[in-house]
Amino acid sequence: MTLPLDLIAVFAPLLGAIIVGLGNRALGDRAAQIITCALMLCAATASVMLFNYVALEHHVLDRMLLPWIQSGTLNVSWALHIDTLTAVMLVVVNGVSSMVHIYSVGYMSHDKSIPRFMAYLSLFSFFMLMLVTSSNLLQMFFGWEGVGVASYLLINFWFHKTSANNASIKAFLVNRVGDFGFMLGIFGCYLLFDSIQFTDIFARAPQLADTQIIFLGHNLPALTTVCLLLFVGAMGKSAQLGLHTWLPDAMEGPTPVSALIHAATMVTAGVFMVSRLSPLFEYAPSALAVVAVVGALTCIVAASIGLTQFDIKRVIAYSTMSQLGYMFFAAGVSAYSAAVFHLMTHAFFKALLFLGAGSVIHAMSGEQDMRKMGGIWKIIPKTYTLMWIGSLALAGIGIDGVFGFAGFYSKDLILESAIASGTWYGQLAYVLGLAAAFMTAFYSWRLIIMTFHGKSRADHHTLDHAHESPLVILLPLVPLALGAVFAGYCAWNWFGGEGRAVFWGHALFVVPERDTVAAAEHVDEIYKWLPLLMGVSGITLAYVFYAVKTDWPAKCASSLGAAYRAVYNKYYFDEAYDYLFVRTARKLGDFLWKRGDDGFIDRFGPDGVAGAVVRLAQRASAIETGYVYHYAFAMVIGVAVFISWFWLKG
Amino acid sequence: MPNWPILSVITFLPLVGALLIMLCVRGEGKLQEKAAQQIALWVSLATFVISLLTLKYFDPANTGFQLVENLVWIPAYKIAYIKGVDGISVWFVIISTFLTPICVLSAIGGVHKRVKEFMIALLLLESMMVGVFTSLDFVLFYLFFEGILIPMFLIIGIWGGEKRTYAAYKFFLYTFLGSVLMLVAIFAMVQHVGTTDMRAMIGAGFPKEMAVWLWLAFFASFAVKTPMWPFHTWLPYAHVEAPTAGSVILAGVLLKMGGYGFIRIAVQMLPEASVKFAPLVIGLSLIAIIYTSLVALAQSDMKKLIAYSSVAHMGYVTLGIFSFNQPGLDGAMMVMLSHTFVSAALFLCVGVVYDRLHTRDIARYGGMAHNMPKYALVFMLFMLASVGLPGTSGFVGEFLSMQGAYLANSWYAFIAATGVVLGAAYMLWLYRRLFYGDLTKDDVRAMPDLNAREYAMFLPLLALVLWIGIYPAPFRNVFAPTAEKILSDTLKLAGGSHG
Repeated sequence: MTLPLDLIAVFAPLLGAIIVGLGNRALGDRAAQIITCALMLCAATASVMLFNYVALEHHVLDRMLLPWIQSGTLNVSWALHIDTLTAVMLVVVNGVSSMVHIYSVGYMSHDKSIPRFMAYLSLFSFFMLMLVTSSNLLQMFFGWEGVGVASYLLINFWFHKTSANNASIKAFLVNRVGDFGFMLGIFGCYLLFDSIQFTDIFARAPQLADTQIIFLGHNLPALTTVCLLLFVGAMGKSAQLGLHTWLPDAMEGPTPVSALIHAATMVTAGVFMVSRLSPLFEYAPSALAVVAVVGALTCIVAASIGLTQFDIKRVIAYSTMSQLGYMFFAAGVSAYSAAVFHLMTHAFFKALLFLGAGSVIHAMSGEQDMRKMGGIWKIIPKTYTLMWIGSLALAGIGIDGVFGFAGFYSKDLILESAIASGTWYGQLAYVLGLAAAFMTAFYSWRLIIMTFHGKSRADHHTLDHAHESPLVILLPLVPLALGAVFAGYCAWNWFGGEGRAVFWGHALFVVPERDTVAAAEHVDEIYKWLPLLMGVSGITLAYVFYAVKTDWPAKCASSLGAAYRAVYNKYYFDEAYDYLFVRTARKLGDFLWKRGDDGFIDRFGPDGVAGAVVRLAQRASAIETGYVYHYAFAMVIGVAVFISWFWLKG
Repeated sequence: MPNWPILSVITFLPLVGALLIMLCVRGEGKLQEKAAQQIALWVSLATFVISLLTLKYFDPANTGFQLVENLVWIPAYKIAYIKGVDGISVWFVIISTFLTPICVLSAIGGVHKRVKEFMIALLLLESMMVGVFTSLDFVLFYLFFEGILIPMFLIIGIWGGEKRTYAAYKFFLYTFLGSVLMLVAIFAMVQHVGTTDMRAMIGAGFPKEMAVWLWLAFFASFAVKTPMWPFHTWLPYAHVEAPTAGSVILAGVLLKMGGYGFIRIAVQMLPEASVKFAPLVIGLSLIAIIYTSLVALAQSDMKKLIAYSSVAHMGYVTLGIFSFNQPGLDGAMMVMLSHTFVSAALFLCVGVVYDRLHTRDIARYGGMAHNMPKYALVFMLFMLASVGLPGTSGFVGEFLSMQGAYLANSWYAFIAATGVVLGAAYMLWLYRRLFYGDLTKDDVRAMPDLNAREYAMFLPLLALVLWIGIYPAPFRNVFAPTAEKILSDTLKLAGGSHG
């Protein structure tokens, strides 16, 4: 390596963000687009070269940058650590990010704050890169919070919209709740391992497998406790059930943001974290069981909500959440390489779907409601084709042993690993994952048919303006589409096949008796065919519902009644949280302020005393200056002099 | 070691500047005001530059007091004029001299009546602040400690808002309690040790029962200054009524006198009692973090909101100090440094729009990101530092302080970390109301963006916030050996480790 590829891959986007962010108006729109896109492409090229050097030629890169936080034995530095796991993430992040940058040139061309948008996108990429290249928990946390801020800024990009303001604050705060767990996890790790450096933690984890720690007054298994605390952070960032409510609202941001941050990269940070910490999680099997169960539940719940939504972006958002659930239960059954595999393929096809949806929205003059679309496939045939490719990949269509779209390989590997694990939570995850696969296929074709087929439900005005997107929008979709078609087939050997062990090196760790990816090869044939069956029947049913018997969806919804309403209203999570936390905090704040500070502390403290003093003073003398504190101050000096005098005398 | 009394120079140079204004600038008028402002600016800048020399002469590896000046003052009572700094106090000296020129800059734009007097008060304040942090004689320390109240009272009382009387009043009543008790405690200690030299008090060892009473007396004073819950209710009023420069000094430096006092006097001189009372202090700190964060959520006045957030942040300081471990103490120092710059900047940010629109009511603003993008960016960065975003100064201290708390008891960190969530809530909510949404109000629309003077105030603060956030080592290295020594001495004297 002659060039500092690692530095280019990580800091080129930062450079772009700084130049464009500070240059803003002086630079102008065109220069801002060129600078950020060019630097992102540099970073992406460097990442591919790094992937080659690290993952294929089996090197590990470590570069120390600067000492950061030190105190006692705590010693944390800014550093870049690049092994195979990081290299995969670098390619995904920089690859998708550069495509999204180019896409944005076209998609945002009518916006009046183009430099700001490009700067935010690059800044996001930088934080994400710092997250994946970290060699310790704290720098990971830096990237973690940084992507949170970038996400907050981008969701709120159109900051005149109240809905965007609220969505961005919600995203930040829900993530902070997750980060609360993450931080406690870091504290716990330092207590246990006397270091928060990954190498130290991983080296000492096996010896501490049976250690207990006292947490909140309880004696708990140490590793399970810290793993679960860290996992709370992962749940927030990756929108797992309970901390997921921000993700659908985050669709308020411009569509390129949804593709990059809320589908391909940031939301997968939690999956990355668990995989990165596999040498720790492997010694905390109970924590892994929790990860698997949470993932499986998220998978099915999100998919079910996706069946009922009408906003095209929200359908894809719930789909993302559901796919993240797959990744987590894969990690939960120790199939980390399957989780990262799906992370990678999902990045391609989900970014494709989002950007395709953006192209649809662009064509429909900003309309996002699928009830007002339909019949436009002839008007935008290229977008239509790309959406088909993305949906086929998402639904995991393919024939074992012949060829399949990207999602086919990764999703099947996850499901087979789950059943092969032989654990109760593995079996639960398999069943729920299978049901979710059916739903995935159903809502994907529901989306395609509602958006592109049938009679148009849009008004004339919109329809007259409908047009295929320009080349700058369509072109970035091509590499993503290629990824959605071939990524699974081409990368299978590294993630699920023979080449796995050599490819990963020490980047992932699995206790030998729990190597579910290896065991997945030997599961019964039936388990391998069931997912495909689910996918095909989901597509078929969607076709029947939305193309043949078009009155069935409404009938179905009304006959299900309350159950349908619960799903349609996302199981009332938002309402419950609003009631439990948001309003309570506001009320409590108001109460403490008016009753606590003013009504109690002041009333019986200074005001009470002051009132007495004033009454006394008023009786004793006329107040000349009107400032009681003049007197009061004279008093303190008087007392001081008085005491001093006594003391000096005595 | 310089052969000139550097600490005395930086203590009294501002005083000389104040006298200069008093004597040389005669009469009223624009020209005179300008002259007073220029003198104040250049004198305070000169003081800052000279104070940086203390860092140059300072040897971090030496954990004792350095640059010591010792003159006999009142020999009959063994009262001496002793000055000196250690790794802890040297930073407080620097922050005092650093913030003063920024305050002068802010006052140039924000104070329009009795300008000359205001400049005098500011310089006087600076002398007192440096005096507190460099005094090693208890009587001298006390004189400065209480003397600060005079210019601060005047600043609130003369240049303050409508309810300045009530605010100054409340400030007084709280401080009164602390001052008297502290004075008595100082006398008792002096009598016991036989000298007013503070260096002799450290490690002197006081009888157990006496130490308890002494500790409580000092606690009363420092708890008010810091301020700790429930002695905090003066702060929101004082901030609301004070002019911007007053708030900056109040939040930036005066609150730190509480933290400094806790370390120098409570911990160093009364280690046993400090360890004994640690659960009390930590309990109050945790209450403060949660309580004031919730109260901040309910505020509709910008300055009150930031004032309450100050109380919460100072909660991390006392939490860190009384966790009695290295991350805790280092964290407390870093929080204090960071809070100095961040809270000063936030009050200056409030001042920017207050100077233009003369209201602190959050609802009167809105949509400012449209017409004041640079201001929005600056405010955003300081807001992120305030919520403790990694990479800003706010994170380093809060992280270490909570790490220290966790090592003492996981409950402490659990509760303190809740404050991190709430902190984000009230700051984002504030920012949303000020900057986002549509720009509907005409007078808000008419406000111009930051000017050169305002940039000059914010850029140094911003640079420091990022510097400490990314590379805190140069800051920590100065105080770390001293902090380690203080901690090990304390634990040794208090017998066994805590937590």
